[in-house]
Amino acid sequence: MTTQAIIQITHLKTYLGDAWVHNEINLTVERGEIFVIIGGSGAGKTVLLNEMISLLPPTSGSIRIFEHELTKASPKTLLDIQRRWGVLFQQNALFSSLTVLENVSFPLKEHTPLDADTIRELALLKIVLAGLQPTVANKYPAELSGGMQKRAALARAIVLDPELMFLDEPTAGLDPNKVLAFDELIMDLQTTMGLTIVMVTHDIDSLKRVADRVAFLGEGKVLCVDTPEKVMQNPHPLIQEFFKGSRDS
Amino acid sequence: MPTAKIYLKDQQLICEGEWTLATLPALEKLFAQITLPTKSDIKIDGTSITKMDSAGAWLLCKWIDKFSENTLKIQRENFSNQTEMLIDLVKKSRVKNGEIPPLSTPNWLARLGKTAFDQWQQFCNYLHFIGELTIEFLRILGNPLRIRWNAFFSGVDKTGYQALPIIGLLSFMIGVVLAYQMGVQLRNYGANVFIVDLLGLSVLREFGPLITAIMVAGRTGSSFTAELGIMKVNREIDALDTMGVTPAELLLLPKIAGLFLALPLLTIWADIFGVLGGMFMANNMLDISWYEFLHRFKNQVPLRALIIGLGKAPVFALIIASIGCFQGMAVRDTADSIGVNTTKSVVLAIFFIIVADAAFSIIFSKLHL
Repeated sequence: MTTQAIIQITHLKTYLGDAWVHNEINLTVERGEIFVIIGGSGAGKTVLLNEMISLLPPTSGSIRIFEHELTKASPKTLLDIQRRWGVLFQQNALFSSLTVLENVSFPLKEHTPLDADTIRELALLKIVLAGLQPTVANKYPAELSGGMQKRAALARAIVLDPELMFLDEPTAGLDPNKVLAFDELIMDLQTTMGLTIVMVTHDIDSLKRVADRVAFLGEGKVLCVDTPEKVMQNPHPLIQEFFKGSRDS
Repeated sequence: MPTAKIYLKDQQLICEGEWTLATLPALEKLFAQITLPTKSDIKIDGTSITKMDSAGAWLLCKWIDKFSENTLKIQRENFSNQTEMLIDLVKKSRVKNGEIPPLSTPNWLARLGKTAFDQWQQFCNYLHFIGELTIEFLRILGNPLRIRWNAFFSGVDKTGYQALPIIGLLSFMIGVVLAYQMGVQLRNYGANVFIVDLLGLSVLREFGPLITAIMVAGRTGSSFTAELGIMKVNREIDALDTMGVTPAELLLLPKIAGLFLALPLLTIWADIFGVLGGMFMANNMLDISWYEFLHRFKNQVPLRALIIGLGKAPVFALIIASIGCFQGMAVRDTADSIGVNTTKSVVLAIFFIIVADAAFSIIFSKLHL
């Protein structure tokens, strides 16, 4: 596996709602790794993620994804980039008026010239890969449990075979044994499909399990980027406070 | 543009290039052209595959299965480790098209029955809703401290005060149109001055209340439904219930009561502007001076006309507000349900306004009013 930067963020600053959310962010995500962003509440993790998926323009600085400057990309370049990534939102964001199968087929229908049968089979494949029974394909998102909705949303995120996946709090609201299963699923997909994963999470156990590298956000900066063990040993007071809760328990 | 190939060479299928979603249609065509020799076993060679994603792996699995139906053995060779893993995973997870039952659509008779049943059930739910509201209303009457004056007056402001400009303008124009149409006929008989009687009666008794109610149904009924629907989807309504505050007390009754007060006031406003519009047209087209118009208006249009018109307004207000609130509370947690219920709320409100107006006309004619 060659190491090369898939995301490169330099001198990123964000001003939102009368405050500087990010002062100076510098990050590099390499191909094939699981990169986790953590930090206390209000540290700007989700804002950073939104900037990476180009939902929110940064105030200044540069974000390069797949060697393209995101902040200056033309709509056409942006579309090309968007087809190469998948996003799993915290609230799943499944289309509530479509069935699971229609949800998962949607990106294929929009972006590929494939015929209906092929689309159907590919979508079903992704539904099974995401760990769901094929029988849920004809159900509506509202009829599924929280964990199943997460998996359906994951299936939609991987349907275009992305190189890069963004996961926003993928395990929030799942019970602990489901979290374990979901983490394993994500690691499986990562190795077999050769994904690069950028993930925002609060869950320290899941962080220890999946992360190759961890970036800790605080005070508008990246306080530390390292393997999970080394980040946990970092003496910075904010970082110590963040991990204290888990060590006590 | 990435390319991918598959072809037959010396009893071997050779795969080349990028086997991805982008090259899938081209590969599909190439596969369809291949005719395999019937007897011998076939090797499939993946040495020169530069990239394979799950879509590519799926296509490969699908065609290997298809070839295997002719009792041929197919051996994979020289695939990279990662690709082998991917192919195994895809093979395990493949679902054939027949395995899940298709969505069944019932025939027309079943659909008709279901629609009829749904409508009937909705009607019963509406009655239930009205009953519940009445009980809540009586409970709050017995406990006046629970009356939400803030919500009530903000309702009057939103549904009444803020609607003044649009209602005024529209009524003025309706007055102009009516005076013009009637004036053309009256002038033929030289009965110009009767425009005052005709216009006064029709605006005060019918057009004022009706046009106002229809405007308000579009403006306020829809906003009730959308607002309550979003609250329902966000589970704000459930949150209220768990805190021991009923949605009826905090949201529904103040809205309904607010409109109950605002709609008659708006109707008076509409009456004034409707008559003004007619007066303006009469002055321009039929040469009736302002003084003459008002003088005759006072003598010929009875107070009864105004009161009958105003009397309908509270009934229309109850129709609009109760349907708007009912449809809002009936929203299910899908995005299109808010759209469907908002449409229903406006259509049903206008429908029942007109039905009620017709009923009033019949009742008043029987009573010789």
